[in-house]
Amino acid sequence: MEGSTAVAVEGTIREEVEDVVVRFAGDSGDGVQITGGQFTLTTALAGNDLSTFPDFPAEIRAPQGTTFGVSAFQIHFGSREIRTAGDAPDVLVALNPAALKVNVADLNKGGLIIVDTGAFTDRNLKKAGYEKNPLEDGSLDGFRLIAADITKNTLEAVKDHGLSQKEAVRCKNMYSLGLVYWLYGRDREPTTNWLNEKFGKRPEIANSNIAAVNAGHAFGETTEVSGETTAYFVAPAAIEPGLYRTITGIEAVSYGLIAGAQKAHLPITFAGYPITPASAILHTLSKLKQFDIVTFQAEDEIAAVCAALGGSYAGTLGVTASSGPGIALKTEAIGLAIAVELPLIVINVQRAGPSTGLPTKTEQSDLHQAVFGRNADSPLVVVAASTPADNFEVAIEVVRLATKYMTPVMLMTDGYLANASEPWKIPDADAIDEFPVEFHTDTKDFSPSHRDPETLARNWAIPGTPGLEHRIGGIEKSYDTGNISYDADNHQKMTDMRKNKIDRIANDIPDQEVTRGDDKGDVAVIGWGSTFGPLTRAVQKVRADGHKVSHIHIRHIWPMPKNLGSLLSNFKKVIVAELNTGQLITVIRSEYLVDAQGLNKISGQPFKVSEVEQAIRESLEK
Amino acid sequence: MNIATPPEKLTAKDYASDQEVRWCPGCGDYAIVRAMQKTLADLQAPMEKTVFISGIGCAARFPYYMSTYGFHTIHGRAASLATGVKLANPDLDIWVISGDGDSLSIGGNHLMHVLRRNVDLQYILFNNEIYGLTKGQYSPTSKIGTRSPSTPLGSVDSPLSATLYALGCGARFVARGIDSQVKSLPEVFKRAHAHRGASFVEIFQNCIVYNDGVFDQFTAKNVAADMQIVVEHGKPLIFGTDKDKGLRMKSGKIELEIVTIGKNGVTEADLMVHDETNKILATLLAQMEAPAYPVAIGVLYCDPAETYESAVHAQVEAEKKAHPSPNLNDLLNSAPTWTVE
Repeated sequence: MEGSTAVAVEGTIREEVEDVVVRFAGDSGDGVQITGGQFTLTTALAGNDLSTFPDFPAEIRAPQGTTFGVSAFQIHFGSREIRTAGDAPDVLVALNPAALKVNVADLNKGGLIIVDTGAFTDRNLKKAGYEKNPLEDGSLDGFRLIAADITKNTLEAVKDHGLSQKEAVRCKNMYSLGLVYWLYGRDREPTTNWLNEKFGKRPEIANSNIAAVNAGHAFGETTEVSGETTAYFVAPAAIEPGLYRTITGIEAVSYGLIAGAQKAHLPITFAGYPITPASAILHTLSKLKQFDIVTFQAEDEIAAVCAALGGSYAGTLGVTASSGPGIALKTEAIGLAIAVELPLIVINVQRAGPSTGLPTKTEQSDLHQAVFGRNADSPLVVVAASTPADNFEVAIEVVRLATKYMTPVMLMTDGYLANASEPWKIPDADAIDEFPVEFHTDTKDFSPSHRDPETLARNWAIPGTPGLEHRIGGIEKSYDTGNISYDADNHQKMTDMRKNKIDRIANDIPDQEVTRGDDKGDVAVIGWGSTFGPLTRAVQKVRADGHKVSHIHIRHIWPMPKNLGSLLSNFKKVIVAELNTGQLITVIRSEYLVDAQGLNKISGQPFKVSEVEQAIRESLEK
Repeated sequence: MNIATPPEKLTAKDYASDQEVRWCPGCGDYAIVRAMQKTLADLQAPMEKTVFISGIGCAARFPYYMSTYGFHTIHGRAASLATGVKLANPDLDIWVISGDGDSLSIGGNHLMHVLRRNVDLQYILFNNEIYGLTKGQYSPTSKIGTRSPSTPLGSVDSPLSATLYALGCGARFVARGIDSQVKSLPEVFKRAHAHRGASFVEIFQNCIVYNDGVFDQFTAKNVAADMQIVVEHGKPLIFGTDKDKGLRMKSGKIELEIVTIGKNGVTEADLMVHDETNKILATLLAQMEAPAYPVAIGVLYCDPAETYESAVHAQVEAEKKAHPSPNLNDLLNSAPTWTVE
């Protein structure tokens, strides 16, 4: 929380704060993510800027009450521009001892803890590894505490609705939500509406949950009246006027693909194989078949990329999505797409590795895999999204590049961007530029090897077109005829052509802009992907002290914008900040001979603003 | 759009590309490609709608020798690629060309699923019981004891039966042919083509360089009539030079036995009549191996069901009907919204 004053809001004295970080935590079966989602919606409706970070365990239902089964959802909201989910929570809602144990160390000094005392049984304390009850042993001194028997109060609130004991206890997340709603003066109506819609077929569940929200809210009012707790007010943020919604990265990338396909005038063939956290794209598109989408759950990652490539061969937009280990399996087929020069969209929702690694945690360690990770000289295009909503624009961009240049394109996003959400000014889909694909149909002097002299893209003639029957394949082809060729000079020529084709795309992408700050100065902080929020906020804070620091966030990873080298040379120092041991930095160093310094973190967690800020300040002092 | 005017009637030659065929002289593949070209001519298959898709191996060069559309892909993955092609354009007529290593080793998983899903395409497996293009290693269909560069002391692992595998995967059409049978092979191809769904055809194909004569036990001219049984739906299971041998169920057992008509009171009426819709019978026929039994050739099993791509597109069409003229702006606005002024 940065700054606070007291204000009267609708008859209640509330302490005004600029920004707040709230973390909901509980057992993975406690409905923590739903609670977070509802709080996000009402916060957005209240006009605050916000950013969220869901953090859930790999186990679907880990043994109840254990620390490794704790699921959390963090939201940062405020009356100023919010770029990150926040370094440390001001408020922690802990629905059981394990949730308290895992999260309490992150909490700001003097922060508020809301606990369900009903869950602090001897058994649960033992499961969480507490020898003594932390609510009683003084270990929470220094924090403010709202200790309520949420379980009991919830059961009391829903008792007239005819739920089983198990179903009734499940409503406790809504009780805690009601309490936090009261804390920040939130409107309960959107959640009431949502519950009525979601449980339309079982009104007793909808009504119970609504009763729980209301009971939690009433509990807050009571404690406020008794003077035990303070309520807060966060004023609306100054946000660009327009119509808004919240959007997750998964939704944004899925809708972006649909937009891109529409602008290219192509149906979509989407093929995927279940993998965390990429599967959600398959789920999303599977519900949108009316947009001319065929979705295919393949037998494995290899089949998925091959089916997508088959879809492109037949004249649709072939798309596949996975995470690092799955992308590794797709590698050979991506090489085939490069060799036969067909469009293909490959989405990598990166997660922490190597191997299975930490499937639900975020990392940016697949950049080298994307740019270099294939046998032979196999260049392709790599574009990275930087915020949840940015996935929308990036998805359109990859469709444009893939279809215009007849090449596979890798879209890099990650687990954080996929699951996090942010307010999004809804674009007008009709205002997005079209880039319609024109299949080759002219039979005169046809060869599949004929290419556009400027883009070097070969013509795209699809099966079903009379008179253009031809054969393609992974064997090297003659530059002139497209037939198999083992000729040495021809292979040199084809390899050069493949490289040139991708290099030339640098002429067709926007110049690199400075994300925040001036185009010259003492330190440039370079980033890509989901580190956007913490990097830009940290640079903002250091700049506020008058330092000449700029943030440059790269969307086009390969090829890079053609002005990037000269832009970097305007800075005395270059820091490359990324959630890996240093991958973008090696590319930057080798491309531009810049003595860049790395800021790296590989903990499965995003950068904290404070970490980046500290690194910038240290660099300025050196 | 320019449309090339096709000649009145396409001949087998018209289906051959201008590329020089590069299989070893005497390879069984030559006969198969000719049989395929004849098949397409007999069917007058539209050139532009016919697509050959292959993986890697000797057989996989096949598409280059056809004048239709063709895609030579990567090892083992032709079935997956073909599935994507068929989903994207169900009007295309797809032939997957593969070998025993391509289909049953590296691509075993994809073969399983293309058959299980019943994607409407013809899957032709050239089985020569060896890896030819990599110079003669034993394959998953090689008999125990096969000496090869990788098994100089003889292979020790059990071979896989391609047809039994296909039946086990839920294939709705399973047939067998022999490369040298230039007359009957096109008929098998035509049956496969006529079947809607995944049609699986195993062709015993002789590799003259690395595995010459491996099928002689039942394909050599002097033994063929006695060691092959050509099965035909609705007809008794008869074979032999004198057409006097047949198959019937052993009394009290689920097992076929060879009987001779005219001996021990056996008449033609006692013989099993081939029912290609009977999967148990197809399995028993597929299990027969030389020299104890004749090898079953022809359509062992044919029992059509709904195809994968038609079911997939039925869902797409239903969704389009339920949500006519979907609008992207409506989708983008489909969440709770608020206005900032």
